[in-house]
Amino acid sequence: MTAGASGGPGEAGGGAPGGAPGGVPRVVLVDDHRLFRAGVRAELGEAVEVVGEAEDVEQAVAVVTATRPDVVLLDVHLPGGGGAQVPLRVLGDLPDVRFLAVSVSDAADDVIGVIRAGARGYVTKTITGTELAAAVRRVADGDAVFSPRLAGFVLDAFSATSVPPADEELDRLSPREREVMRLIARGYAYKEAARALHISVKTVETHVSAVLRKLQLSNRHELTRWASARRLV
Amino acid sequence: MPVRRLYRVADGRVVAGVSTGVAEHLAVDVLFVRLAFVLLALAGGAGVLAYVGLWLFVPQRPRDPSEPAGRRRADHESLLALAALALGLLLVAHLLGLGAPPGLTWPVLLGGAGLVILWRQADDDQRARWRAAAFRGRGASPWLRTLLGIALVAVGGGLFLAAEGQLRAAREGLIATLVVVAGLALVTGPFWLRTVRELSDERRERIRSQERAELAAHVHDSVLHTLALIQRRAEDPREVQRLARAQERALRTWLYRPRAAHEGTLSAAVERVAAEVEEGHGVPFDVVVVGDCPLDAALGAMLLALREAMVNAAKYAGCATVSVYAEIEPEQVTVFVRDRGPGFDPEAVPTDRMGVRESIAGRMDRNRGRAVIRSSEEGTEVELSMPRSLS
Repeated sequence: MTAGASGGPGEAGGGAPGGAPGGVPRVVLVDDHRLFRAGVRAELGEAVEVVGEAEDVEQAVAVVTATRPDVVLLDVHLPGGGGAQVPLRVLGDLPDVRFLAVSVSDAADDVIGVIRAGARGYVTKTITGTELAAAVRRVADGDAVFSPRLAGFVLDAFSATSVPPADEELDRLSPREREVMRLIARGYAYKEAARALHISVKTVETHVSAVLRKLQLSNRHELTRWASARRLV
Repeated sequence: MPVRRLYRVADGRVVAGVSTGVAEHLAVDVLFVRLAFVLLALAGGAGVLAYVGLWLFVPQRPRDPSEPAGRRRADHESLLALAALALGLLLVAHLLGLGAPPGLTWPVLLGGAGLVILWRQADDDQRARWRAAAFRGRGASPWLRTLLGIALVAVGGGLFLAAEGQLRAAREGLIATLVVVAGLALVTGPFWLRTVRELSDERRERIRSQERAELAAHVHDSVLHTLALIQRRAEDPREVQRLARAQERALRTWLYRPRAAHEGTLSAAVERVAAEVEEGHGVPFDVVVVGDCPLDAALGAMLLALREAMVNAAKYAGCATVSVYAEIEPEQVTVFVRDRGPGFDPEAVPTDRMGVRESIAGRMDRNRGRAVIRSSEEGTEVELSMPRSLS
């Protein structure tokens, strides 16, 4: 987070070093399946510059620290403690590195765990190459990437329960945020969601980022339960 | 044909579940069995002996895990029944004049109560082992009850000796016995501890190897089978993709869904329908369900309409994936099916095309639901909503 004095509209563009508006994002691939890394590398092609690969937590921390990429494509199920360990260990020193979680697992606790560890989005491994490239670019620009399934988890976790929220600001979705999450869960792209709600894409991105923040910081009991099952709290 | 075995029942027992077990086995009313035991008991105590014998030698029925938790009499309730039984027996014995000398009444009562508590405790421990999860959270109560039982037996024995005026004479013998027993316990303690630990280790190992065997069997039946099929069909990419998706879905369900907890609910049904349509038409569905509720007739009709909408999307949209989103709220259920096909004009659909008009809209209308179809050149979205019945 930048200091208040520097404020102004250009925060997202000027923040990340190397993430120059014209250039392609520099990416590190972290996955224990060599075949999958090769596949992603081929699919992303020219859209990104792959500056490193790693296949377990230790290696990932070393490679990311050495190369300082814009985006890390992070497998959720990583040997050596799970994917969530990488952002937990890296973000303290390198807060500008963005993590995008990639997984075959739909288990809520896995996905929520890695988001709460600091990842800025989640996509499944069945995503197409062009969609993945778009997701990487979006994360590199500082936005959040929600797949329909992640939106579904969020709606589930923040759904109304009898338990009163401990923190009014963090533990509830605003009606607009809920609306955006519903559209994403229905398979709408950000652009389509913006059109359906008669708002700008930028506003949709703002809502999604706000939801991401709540997801990472809220202590709602469902989230806590998911996370504590994975010993992440 | 399976051998029918005699079991004692754990649920709904009065003393040890012997009578109910025997009645179930012989298929007669439990009242007759109880009467028979009582009559036999009057015949020189044969009934009591028979009851105790059956209690000792007939195993308790293992609980069927799928069965809902049975009606189990509360502890104090069945204790009350036991107390009444004991009192009745004493009265009868007294009236018949074959009662023990009056000084013996209390020792016999206390000792008997202690024994009953201990034996029932053994039964309960067995039950607990069957309910594997029940081990934790049981707290000190089993130990407490065991101690209480032992204490009652000891007091009963002590009173008996006192009543006979033998306490003084017995004291030295008792102390000597106690010392020997304590010594034996100290000397052989490590051995017992080790035995207990080895037993539990062995049990854990057995459970683990069972799980491994189950996993291996599952992988063999599903994944290896599909991989073999894929190798044989390698030249047909569509078929390979279909096989891979179907297998992925099955494996995912097996890995991440709580077993059995899921049958008969809307979310399971939506996913099942999606799997079937995907299987039949080779178009992958991306299904997201938020919330859950049990199925009823109206939701069943909704599922049929949903299936029709999915089939339409799979057939005519010709796109990579179809998104299905279902949200179950307290007052209503809403499902969206969205594709990115060329779209069509819902108004221009000819009346003879049953699909949209009858199977989707008509079905929803008849069940107080609603179907909305939005279509443009960027794709089609079918929205189905159904109010939830207030039950």
